[in-house]
Amino acid sequence: MEKTIFGYVWRFSRRQQITMTLMSAASLPFLYLFYEVPKTIINQAIQGLDVTYPLNLAEKLTFSVLGIKIPLLGPFDLVVGQTPYLFLLCGLFLLLVGVNQGFKYVINVYKGLTGERMLRRLRFELYSRVLRFPLPTFRKMSQGEIIPMITAEVEPLGGFIGDAFSLPAFQGGYLATILAFLFLQDWRMASAAVALYPLQLWLIPKLQRKVNLLGKERVARVRRLSDKIGETVQGVQETHAHDTSNFVLTDFSNQLFWIYGVRERIYRQKFVIKFLNNSIQQLGPFCFYSIGGYFVITGDLAIGTLVAAIAAHKDLASPWKDLLAYYQMQADATIKYDQVVSQFGPAGMRGPEYQLTEPDDQDALSGELTASNLTLIDDQEVPVVDGVSLRLSLDKRYAIVGAGGSGKDELTLLLARLLDPSNGNINLGGRDAASLPEAVTGRRIVHVGAAAFVFAGSIADNLFLGLKHRPLRPAEHDEAGAKHRAVYVDEARRSGNMDYDPDADWIDYAAAGADDAAALRPAGLKALSQIGMGDEIYQFGLRGTIDPQARPDLAAAILRARVGLRQHMAADPDLLVLVEGFDAAAYNLNASVGENLMFGNPVGNAFDVEHLAEHPYVLDVLAQVGLTEQFLSVGFQVASTMVELFADLPPDHELFQQFSFISAEELPDIQALLQRSDRANLAALPDEDRAQLMSLPFKVIPARHRLGVVDDDLQSKLLEARRYFAANLPDELRSAVEFFDVEQYNASANIQDNILFGKVAYGQAQAVDRVGALISAVIAELDLHEVVAEVGLSFEVGIAGSRLSTAQRQKLALARALVKRPDILILSETTTSLDSASQATIMEALLAEFEGRCLIWSVQRASMAAGFDEVLVMRQGRLMERGAYADLSERNDHVRELLASE
Amino acid sequence: MSLNEEVELLRSIPLFANIEPSKLKLLAFTSERLAFQEGQSLFHQGDMGDAAYLVVDGTADVVIEGPDGAKLTVAQIGRNAFVGEIAILCDVPRTATITATSKLDTLRISKDLFFRLVNEFPTMAVEIMRELARRQEQSNLQLTEANRRLRELETAGA
Repeated sequence: MEKTIFGYVWRFSRRQQITMTLMSAASLPFLYLFYEVPKTIINQAIQGLDVTYPLNLAEKLTFSVLGIKIPLLGPFDLVVGQTPYLFLLCGLFLLLVGVNQGFKYVINVYKGLTGERMLRRLRFELYSRVLRFPLPTFRKMSQGEIIPMITAEVEPLGGFIGDAFSLPAFQGGYLATILAFLFLQDWRMASAAVALYPLQLWLIPKLQRKVNLLGKERVARVRRLSDKIGETVQGVQETHAHDTSNFVLTDFSNQLFWIYGVRERIYRQKFVIKFLNNSIQQLGPFCFYSIGGYFVITGDLAIGTLVAAIAAHKDLASPWKDLLAYYQMQADATIKYDQVVSQFGPAGMRGPEYQLTEPDDQDALSGELTASNLTLIDDQEVPVVDGVSLRLSLDKRYAIVGAGGSGKDELTLLLARLLDPSNGNINLGGRDAASLPEAVTGRRIVHVGAAAFVFAGSIADNLFLGLKHRPLRPAEHDEAGAKHRAVYVDEARRSGNMDYDPDADWIDYAAAGADDAAALRPAGLKALSQIGMGDEIYQFGLRGTIDPQARPDLAAAILRARVGLRQHMAADPDLLVLVEGFDAAAYNLNASVGENLMFGNPVGNAFDVEHLAEHPYVLDVLAQVGLTEQFLSVGFQVASTMVELFADLPPDHELFQQFSFISAEELPDIQALLQRSDRANLAALPDEDRAQLMSLPFKVIPARHRLGVVDDDLQSKLLEARRYFAANLPDELRSAVEFFDVEQYNASANIQDNILFGKVAYGQAQAVDRVGALISAVIAELDLHEVVAEVGLSFEVGIAGSRLSTAQRQKLALARALVKRPDILILSETTTSLDSASQATIMEALLAEFEGRCLIWSVQRASMAAGFDEVLVMRQGRLMERGAYADLSERNDHVRELLASE
Repeated sequence: MSLNEEVELLRSIPLFANIEPSKLKLLAFTSERLAFQEGQSLFHQGDMGDAAYLVVDGTADVVIEGPDGAKLTVAQIGRNAFVGEIAILCDVPRTATITATSKLDTLRISKDLFFRLVNEFPTMAVEIMRELARRQEQSNLQLTEANRRLRELETAGA
């Protein structure tokens, strides 16, 4: 990257900078006129000085240049009186206001856009460099440091870039114009006005340099601070586990203290500069009054000249100040640029072509992988991999065994081209690996490490991530979309960004052996089940939701399962008791009163179960069917029972959370409410009390709570309320509830609930397990297992896959590698986080899958190498020996040692 | 069957007989009603126990499996029986398998919940202690009686 910010600005925005400067220059005459016209209005149009009326404007507007007369109005005569002249000039003044503001607007917008585009370019450049950093860089540079550099630190540069050339040109020109004018008037006076400028020019940069150094220190410290915050977030569990919060806080406090210290010094210095600046500025008038005054008294200077000098000095102040401010701003920007850019060029960084080149031939690798004298020296000058030469056939499966620190992990990284060797080279199927772009190594080879990363998004997003190299099929845009896309491309090019369409279809189906998106999902599921994650995905699917509009086929299949389940249950009375199906004409004892009333799922917050009693429509429904009194009385009963049961427990007791309808905080309130209310006359209670009591019955699930408050009478009235609720639901609330309808897929419920279409009965031994088994049976019967698993692919994995277990993340990473069918699969202790049964399953599956293909697996235990074609033994960075497992485990002492230590 | 009825049932169990009704109600409310089909087992011999069961309705067999694998039905239980209570008092494996011989309705009192309540209400603990002491006393008496008879038999044999 360019060494200085000016170099960078000049290289990428030369044209814009020149345009801006020209625009600024073009605005100057109008600015001059804008100050000139008021003077003419007062002197000539109002006071009538130096002018006689009627006035011939044609004559007045004729200028003579080098003896040639140029009439601005052409051959026409325009004679005006004093009043029309005044209005004419006022009109001109108004016009100039418009013109000047127009110039300002255009220049400012242009400046802003130029700055923003340059900022975008800079950020993109920095970010793309991060992607090319050699991996060891990230050991020294944390994300806490990188993030603020790309986000906050470069932000002010955008503002500066807009001003980089035009401001000094414009203000400098302005200053020079005034100075020239002054010198033409009276050279002594002009000299006096600028006499102290050299002092400022000498002093200010000197002081500024100190501030600059402090500024550098501040930037570095803030970076460390954000690094610290990032570290805290990542290690927060350890902090709690070891009670080191105070230590962490103290450290943070210490960092803040240092930042404060630097800031303090910056402020002091900065304001010293300001103080000196302003003082020197005021020295001018001081000289005029004293020295000039003295000369006026002695008669050496006309008073008019002195007054003019003072006025001129005032005019100079504004551009001069702007120039000094610019000087400080550029000093600041220069530091920021230096500090950021110097961090983004670590040694060993790969070139952009490594990332961007799209090779012509996409052929599979074949033949051999050879490495000669492969050496990797770490940052402490220790050879981690030491002169390894090997020749691997791309149709065999190799295990690498060795103790921890034997260099086997680094060797896999070198072979996968994720690390660059310090020495030696790798040849892939006849081609020098160092010359191959990532488009070859990242597609034909896959490396999965011990803690593979899972990105936020769905399982499918992660599973098919490895197939997204380039947009392959353009997205279909409507007219507005196409326009937007054109602007997008144009902007991207203007700022040197990537202009690929993020909405395009990036997935390389062919790489996964699929023709289209529909065929890809089964391929993904196959990979997932190969590594033993099939059942988990299926379970995710059962708990997943679908949009029946988008996938009518899925919805129809689920509805078939619903029917299938009902048939099973109807055939077996033992099963019948396990589920209480939804029936519009029957009260469901295993659902809450609220659910029974709505007979549907709330969508959005309007009919949130917690706040049903506050909804005016719900209250209206209850009143219409005459349930209000009954609800109050049931609420009273529930409240009394809860108080009786829970009043003696301490408020933080977990039974509250698990069982009580009333939270521990509310309990005293309710207690007081019960005491002051008269059971026979609950209707007389104030509104808030009524609302509190009314809210309780909605949560009662008769089969579970056994409170005996939902009797037959209440049930039948609730059925009536259910009918009324549905029949009279206002239009604006229609979307707030999705009714249970045996013929319809319920989009707000998950797949399992849709199949169930009812509630698992409370109080039946092993009901959940048996119902689960029953659903599985139905799904198997209807051959829907894959359909459900497909839905499971949409499961959101959370930030960095946090909603998955470590083992699940690892399995997902493996499946991701399998889906793209690499020519060489390189694994490095990939299954360490899995239990031994899963390890065995995966090993078996992979060995079978890679029969006749290339698998290189650095295994964590030597005994795992048994099933491979050949075993490589690493020791202290060197390739010690290679051969068949049976042979080595007999003959090689080191292997025997490793086996014995297991 | 409502809470109050369950409380009455619990009161008829000696272990809970002297505990305040409001605490029994809490115990009942927080416990789970669990129904078993004929042939389903409440628990199996040798399992670690996690709950006791109060039979509300129905019948069940208590089966003990000998070391040779032979199964012996040692008792039949019905309404009001309280089984598996040893498991919620101390950590021992189940000594028998209990299998429903009809539709069986129970109240399942989990060990976890039971201990939480005992922790919270010391009076409950005292009542249970008394009941256990009473049982101990009874066992002692039975043991003495058994010893006496054994001696009688020995002397008669000699």
